[in-house]
Amino acid sequence: MATTQAPSVVAPRSRSSARSNTELYAWLFMRVSGILLVVLVLGHLYVNLMAGDGIAAIDFAFVAGKWSSPFWQVWDLLMLWLAQLHGTNGLRTIINDYAERDQTRFWLKMLLYTATVVVLFLGTLTIFTFDPCIAGSTYEFCPAD
Amino acid sequence: MPTAPAGTLYRGREGMWSWVAHRVTGVLIFFFLFAHVLDTALVRVSPESYDTVMETYKNPIVGLLEIGLVGAVVFHAFNGLRVVLVDFWSRGPRVHRQMLYAVVVVWVLLMIPFTIRHLGNVFGE
Repeated sequence: MATTQAPSVVAPRSRSSARSNTELYAWLFMRVSGILLVVLVLGHLYVNLMAGDGIAAIDFAFVAGKWSSPFWQVWDLLMLWLAQLHGTNGLRTIINDYAERDQTRFWLKMLLYTATVVVLFLGTLTIFTFDPCIAGSTYEFCPAD
Repeated sequence: MPTAPAGTLYRGREGMWSWVAHRVTGVLIFFFLFAHVLDTALVRVSPESYDTVMETYKNPIVGLLEIGLVGAVVFHAFNGLRVVLVDFWSRGPRVHRQMLYAVVVVWVLLMIPFTIRHLGNVFGE
């Protein structure tokens, strides 16, 4: 005698083996980095654009003055990394939302991650290897070449 | 995935528009950051090359664009804090609309002194 079988249940589309908390951490990072960036970026804007002569005073000497202090080096380094990673994750979300083709999404994100590596590398290098006595500098304390 | 018919507004009002503005300002700031890291890296090339590019930032037209950029940053900053409060504060979702009005008030209060100051610095007092 034939017995009726229970209908087979469709497997969940989210594969349990591939599940991770990456998106949760990304969501949390946006909030934590965002709060820190409010202080870092608004402080940066106040010191560079509001205090003193603002934009009119910004030149090589202004940068040299700021980066002679470890305080501003650390400030700028922290701001660079947090802002770039915050922005990268934001754009990753936007690409995932609007780029419908798999190929398009993949290549847009590759372009994004490449830009991120370039910005983080170049920005970090600039802060760490800054030389106030670079050729062309007119400071008196620089050795004559 | 079905695409939405043209002209559809997802709920609209404060919730949606603040979300749209957050995305638009975020993308704008992202692209500026890219340019800003490149221009700052010129301090490793020579003082003259850095100073030359900084002169463009002091150009009156670019000076006006900077007000737009700072406006985008200030909105993104305070609306971002509002998003954090919506997510983590138990009363946040119920008062999200009032919090957006608070963001707009803070934005106006900060942008007025900044604009006056910045215009003075760009056009010379």
